Amino acid sequence: MTDWVGRSAADIAAAVRSGEVTARSVVDEHLAVIDAGDGPINAFNLVTADAARQSADAVDATIAAGGDPGPLAGVPVALKDNLCTRGIPTTCSSRILEGWRPPYDATVVQLLASAGAVSVGKTNLDEFAMGSSTENSAFGPTRNPRDPSRVPGGSSGGSAAAVAAGFTPVALGSDTGGSIRQPAALCGVVGLKPTYGLVSRYGLVAFASSLDQIGPFSATVADAALMLGVIAGHDPADSTSIPEPVPSYTESLSAGVAGLRVGVVRELTGEGIAPDVAARVNAAVAALSAAGAEVTEVSVPAVTYGLSAYYLIAPAEASSNLARYDGVRFGLRVDAPTTDAMMTATRTAGFGAEVKRRIMLGTYALSTGYYDAYYGKAQRVRTLIARDFAAAYDTVDVLVSPTSPTTAFAFGAKADPLSMYLNDVCTIPSNLAGHPAISVPFGTGDDAMPVGVQLMAPALAETTLLSAAAVLEAASGVAS
Amino acid sequence: MTDERSGESVEGDGTTLRSPTTGDVWEIVVGLEVHAELATATKLFSAAPNVFGGEPNRNIDPVSLGLPGSLPVLNHRAVELAMRVGLALGCEVRPCVFARKNYFYPDMPKDFQISQFDLPLNVDGQLELPSGQIAGIERAHLEEDTGKNMHVGGDGRIHGAEASLVDYNRAGVPLIEIVGRPDLRGAEQARQYVAELRSVLVAVGASDGKMEEGSLRVDANVSVRPLGDPELGTRCEIKNVNSLRSLGRAIDYEARRQVDLLEAGERVAQETRHWDDANGRTRSGRSKEQAEDYRYFPEPDLVPLDPDPAWVEAVRAALPPLPAERRRRLADAGGVAPAAVALHVERGLDALALAAMAAGADPARVLNHVEHNLAVDGAHDLDAGAFAELVAMETGGELTATQAKQVLADMVTSGRSARDIASERGFEAMDTSELDSALDAVIAEFADDWAAFCAADDPGKRKKLTGFFTGKVMAATQGRADGRAVGEALTRRAAG
Amino acid sequence: MTSRITADDVVHVARLARLSLTDDEVTTFTDQLAAVLDHAADVEALSIDDVPPMIHPWPLRNVMRPDEVGATLDRDEVLAHAPATEEGQFRVPAILGDEP
Repeated sequence: MTDWVGRSAADIAAAVRSGEVTARSVVDEHLAVIDAGDGPINAFNLVTADAARQSADAVDATIAAGGDPGPLAGVPVALKDNLCTRGIPTTCSSRILEGWRPPYDATVVQLLASAGAVSVGKTNLDEFAMGSSTENSAFGPTRNPRDPSRVPGGSSGGSAAAVAAGFTPVALGSDTGGSIRQPAALCGVVGLKPTYGLVSRYGLVAFASSLDQIGPFSATVADAALMLGVIAGHDPADSTSIPEPVPSYTESLSAGVAGLRVGVVRELTGEGIAPDVAARVNAAVAALSAAGAEVTEVSVPAVTYGLSAYYLIAPAEASSNLARYDGVRFGLRVDAPTTDAMMTATRTAGFGAEVKRRIMLGTYALSTGYYDAYYGKAQRVRTLIARDFAAAYDTVDVLVSPTSPTTAFAFGAKADPLSMYLNDVCTIPSNLAGHPAISVPFGTGDDAMPVGVQLMAPALAETTLLSAAAVLEAASGVAS
Repeated sequence: MTDERSGESVEGDGTTLRSPTTGDVWEIVVGLEVHAELATATKLFSAAPNVFGGEPNRNIDPVSLGLPGSLPVLNHRAVELAMRVGLALGCEVRPCVFARKNYFYPDMPKDFQISQFDLPLNVDGQLELPSGQIAGIERAHLEEDTGKNMHVGGDGRIHGAEASLVDYNRAGVPLIEIVGRPDLRGAEQARQYVAELRSVLVAVGASDGKMEEGSLRVDANVSVRPLGDPELGTRCEIKNVNSLRSLGRAIDYEARRQVDLLEAGERVAQETRHWDDANGRTRSGRSKEQAEDYRYFPEPDLVPLDPDPAWVEAVRAALPPLPAERRRRLADAGGVAPAAVALHVERGLDALALAAMAAGADPARVLNHVEHNLAVDGAHDLDAGAFAELVAMETGGELTATQAKQVLADMVTSGRSARDIASERGFEAMDTSELDSALDAVIAEFADDWAAFCAADDPGKRKKLTGFFTGKVMAATQGRADGRAVGEALTRRAAG
Repeated sequence: MTSRITADDVVHVARLARLSLTDDEVTTFTDQLAAVLDHAADVEALSIDDVPPMIHPWPLRNVMRPDEVGATLDRDEVLAHAPATEEGQFRVPAILGDEP
């Protein structure tokens, strides 16, 4: 019955394309697993079973007619619920978007459909992607499939959990400060944040526009490469989309790391990193070295300012991006006698505490008298970080660090906002610089929970990043 | 109480006010911010149509509704039109960025407006008024328009309305905001400035300049200061001015209100005030504690705009002749001052006038016809050669001024030649003997008046009687006599 | 160390952001925001006025689209998801105060 659950997207697509199995039966198998297993996990805000079956039937019809169904033919995918899907509720796990159905698809959603992928539903997240645990959801938290007493990480916890639980072989998330990589690490799957501008943001509900980037979750590095190949590319609807041709990410996967210069980031591997996580990172570095990489320790001094800069920039942009949730055009409205009072009542009722916190922080950072000290200064820090990364990349090709300072923590363990924010210390620098980074599972910590190792590379160096990740992936089975 | 004012009048040239109590003279200082909708096919940041009117909420897309996930993409044509305006105003076109101006208002779909803040597209220009006065332009930047709120219940105005209906058709329409320096003195200069700016906008094809449709909107910064004082007074920004006439009235009112305050020993509060056209007064807008903090920051969804110098030069090279230059050209040809041909150029009939003059028509007659008889639809299609022929018939005595005016009107509507129309209407020149006999009859009938005419040494009285006799001759000849010829004949006979 | 943000500041930014807070929330948020801003003191203390700000990670310029009309949304579909509508428009309660 579940012959295709747990198989890679590449395997499924090959089998569907060759006629070995129908897209419909692949999707039915996955829907059955979701139906049976998602209750306690709560990875999905919405399972779109009927639409999924229709899409699968359409893929099968294309194949029957001799057409090309695309490189993701029949592959079930889960979409983070901040990606717009035409006619299908898109909630950002917020009450404020109650009842809203976007009248259009995000560019990535169109690209996946054109590639033959079959969307099975929308996954849970921290409200508006603000959080690192998926506890800040209006629809209840998602649980870590590896240990339901622990968080899956966040903000793309639903997508990470969906892949970790085998509900779908691949999923899409969004990463503003680590929201793909950190949950991937905590759930034990692969998570890739591409170069800023490589994947169109059109139809991604904005959190922090200059940091947000869409990327894949997958069980394998090869599937991450396959997904990236489908969703990457210039989009005229996104002004920040990079107008460069997209290379083949799958062809160079087996390039290996012989001669590759790998730098261990000193500032991200010392203080604040749990010893069991640090041990796994060391093991990963050793594995890369054993595979022929030249490993050195490098310093990227400005990354120590990353967290502070991020928590000024992201809330500032968010405070503006989230102004439109005012009860006028869509979503929730709480009635009041005047428009101003209606807007205030709607926003007060519709947003959760973390979103309010960040809106206020960002409003403050932008307000008269504070702009230069906070937002303006933080934007200059980005330049410092980019410069320090550039200097490091003069001597190395890839940087290594932990993805998250710890393994998955228990629900409620980080009730204090600042302690939650500190979770993002390793992932944030790549967002600020706009560089690609990937989290690859590399064994487990003392608690038997997964540890993710983060690889970083210069802008548009995804091919290098993915081939190094493939080496780590191959070594992780041996080393753990 | 401070909104009320006493009613002394504006000083002679309209640039100052004299206090009736103290005799102090106050200078009225005005700087204008003009918003003009750019004549693009689509909106500034999306492909939804930019059209006026129509059913509400038809010209909307995800961007102009501010839907979650939508992203702006800059309209190339809007940039080009904004550059045309900037270059026509002598501005420097510079690298610029877009910024978000954050405030909550239901007609603003994203609850922020994409505008330009510290780095605008065009800076440091000037506008030459028909009088020859030069008014400085601080900047001319791009921004998006808002939707429209229609107030329902109450009396339809914002105050007392029980609800509002919002139409986003206009949301996202490209605007250029032209910020003038406080170089204008009084209402008349402000009106001239707006009229001239509108002419420039229309001439370069940037905007239709229709104030009545809201595609041209004016906010006036008004202050007063003792005449000769180099310091600017505290200004108020007057909004909701919807016509040139309202602009003049609003400035007059506001200047007097401020003078009254200052003379009463009070201070002018810097604030936004709204012009109430029905009641002829400005009233205070939002109070100070409601003052917004717009939290401008660079728009992260758009990238910097840095127009290629070759593009800028191409736009500059393609600019049509501008009104000031056209006035100079026509004034030179007509032998008059540039200010005398402002209307001709504003109506866009200067090319016709120049062509008619080039075809040999008398410049004074040409200018006269264009100013008084061609403010009609179809005048732009008038053939310059045909127009010149009409003027030649008039100066040659074949047509009287009155006849020429009638023939010209017919030419515009029918497109036929002056000669055909004149002949059909029986407008043949009256010969001298016919005029003489008509005069004989009139003088005989009104002998007493004629004696008075001959005896009159007061020019006023003589002029009045000239009018009287001309009227009688006209009546006797069914208007075919040339008024000027009648006047000359009367003078000749009285002297003889 | 004096607090980097006061309760009055929090009330002010909440008003700017159209959020209303209970007294308890004002207290909690003030402490939490102060903690984050205290953490950001490292950035605040940097003397980097000579470093240009980075607005975008990838330095694109002059991204424009041709002035060609594209698809519009179906009004009925859009209005169907609006909280309140009337005569093809979005209905809102009374607007107090003038347009900024």
